[in-house]
Amino acid sequence: MTQTRRQFVGTGLAVAAAFFGLPHIASAAQLEEAIAAFTGGADMGGEGITLIAPEIAENGNTVPIEVSAPGAAAIMLLAAGNPQADVCTFNFGPLAGSQMASTRIRLAGEQEVVAIARMPDGTFKQARQNVRVTIGGCGG
Amino acid sequence: MAENVTPRVRVPRDATAGEAVSVRTLISHPMESGQRRGSDGNLIPRQIINRFTCEFNGEMVIDITIDPAVSTNPYFQFDATVNESGTFQFTWYDDDGSVYTDTADIAVA
Amino acid sequence: MTRKTLLGGVSAAVVAVAAAGVGLADIRTGDSLVINGEIEIVTETAPPPFLEGVFSTIYSGWVFRTDETRAMEADDFDNPGMLYVEQGLEAFNTAMGTEGNSCATCHETPETLSTVRATYPQWDEEHGTVQTVEMQILECQTERMGVAEPYGYDSQEMRNMAALIASVGRGQTINVAIDGPAAETWALGEEIYYTAYGQMELSCAHCHERNYGNLIRADHLSQGQVNGFPTYRLKNANIVSVHNRFRGCIRDTRGEPYAIGSPEFVALELYVASRGNGLSVEGPAVRN
Ligand code: HEC
Ligand code: HEC
Repeated sequence: MTQTRRQFVGTGLAVAAAFFGLPHIASAAQLEEAIAAFTGGADMGGEGITLIAPEIAENGNTVPIEVSAPGAAAIMLLAAGNPQADVCTFNFGPLAGSQMASTRIRLAGEQEVVAIARMPDGTFKQARQNVRVTIGGCGG
Repeated sequence: MAENVTPRVRVPRDATAGEAVSVRTLISHPMESGQRRGSDGNLIPRQIINRFTCEFNGEMVIDITIDPAVSTNPYFQFDATVNESGTFQFTWYDDDGSVYTDTADIAVA
Repeated sequence: MTRKTLLGGVSAAVVAVAAAGVGLADIRTGDSLVINGEIEIVTETAPPPFLEGVFSTIYSGWVFRTDETRAMEADDFDNPGMLYVEQGLEAFNTAMGTEGNSCATCHETPETLSTVRATYPQWDEEHGTVQTVEMQILECQTERMGVAEPYGYDSQEMRNMAALIASVGRGQTINVAIDGPAAETWALGEEIYYTAYGQMELSCAHCHERNYGNLIRADHLSQGQVNGFPTYRLKNANIVSVHNRFRGCIRDTRGEPYAIGSPEFVALELYVASRGNGLSVEGPAVRN
């Protein structure tokens, strides 16, 4: 098989790009828009919300994330450096046993993960954490 | 409908009334982001699970809106309060209109 | 980043690795892996006799992964590889081919095949060759079931079935035979393992024997063991076969890989599997 330079780059190293095509990044404006759509531009406190994400993720395709904000009505997750910032929104029902949820998400490279909780009284809380994403050394 | 979509759920078999039990769910699904190019260079159309809900005896536990940044084979873990014996109803909504469901029973003493 | 600097970056990383030597300090040893709270996995142990003097300890790839990746393998529900095992189980019980048989017709349950993963690749007397699990499955499909279109060697269906067979063998000690009729194939595998490939002139040993424990472009190099295959790779968000992984490693040296399912890769698989004699079957393991 002949291996061109292009193929090598494409197969071995396009880790961050694997799920997002070209790693173009959400503009700061898009992130702000997504946040504004959720909060209506309200101020956000920083207490009472916990975001657990690995400092270093071995691969950007599957990054485990946990959020909790006791008493929250909903928690929105955002990835500031993805082509589209929205990740998911947890809306807690009357039978939620806690206002905690965990999932696995895609991160297109090192970036900040943002969690914003909407409290039943209409106030908001936010937590942010930076996640570094390892570029794999072996393709295949 | 995406191929080989299989939901899996795990809840405890029994609990005491009022207990918060841990619920885990996983569904095999490609979560095609719509931003990825195929080998022909063209964008592969988006096809994701865009919403997931869990109800217990008809009342909402959690309702999740989902964007393409959730990983292939979407995984969720959360807690549910159970006050009586009954059935969890899990529903996943696919972009193409397909709906996948699963249930799990729990005995509450 | 441009292509040129990207490639330059690869060489630079490899050179850095070469200069560093084995950084045992980087290996977080001593942690134990127990799957579902019941299947005990040997992730570090004494090397097989032919590697004494090369390694003091052999390690499963699990040892080199982060806490998050390690944790995913410790519970079947958290391990996405088990989704493919379930699909394999469905296929196992489904009739295929002109004889109207399913795998279950002759093998009853996958558990009857629980010793397979630990002892393959294995010499097959009838065919006079060393067979991988995949080759054995193909043999049953074509010679016993009348399947006109058997699974492709690296197809999703084949990987699902191989993952099923690995999963029922988890916890068993890898013990592939390298002597007797398998000796010649094993020797070929050994030769391939130590041959430098590609423009970067790297052999498997260069990375996985002399530099395990070091970082290569921020990725933690393991001993390149195959006890966890098929592995669920976070990168692929799917299970990958042994040969697929071999191909990826050779490509990264900018070498030309052998074909998946080729006699060379079968020999290499036998040899690499034997380097893990003493570790446990882990498949489907979770890797990055
Ligand atoms: C008609 C009966 C029959 C069917 C159907 C069949 N097999 Fe087999 N299988 C055998 C026999 C007989 C052997 C032993 C042959 C040998 O040792 O070479 C065997 C051996 C094997 C082995 C190796 C066992 C060992 O201990 O070395 C595996 C793995 C296997 N089969 C998998 C499968 C799978 C997967 C399927 C379905 C796709 C399947 N077989 C369908 C008859 C069958
Ligand atoms: C340039 C360095 C390099 C070379 C040369 C190389 N590999 Fe790798 N290999 C890696 C890296 C990096 C990984 C991913 C991290 C790890 O598990 O070591 C890897 C992973 C693997 C794995 C997966 C291990 C697991 O636990 O799942 C196997 C198996 C493997 N390599 C085999 C080989 C074989 C066989 C060769 C020779 C044909 C080879 N590699 C050559 C760098 C290399």
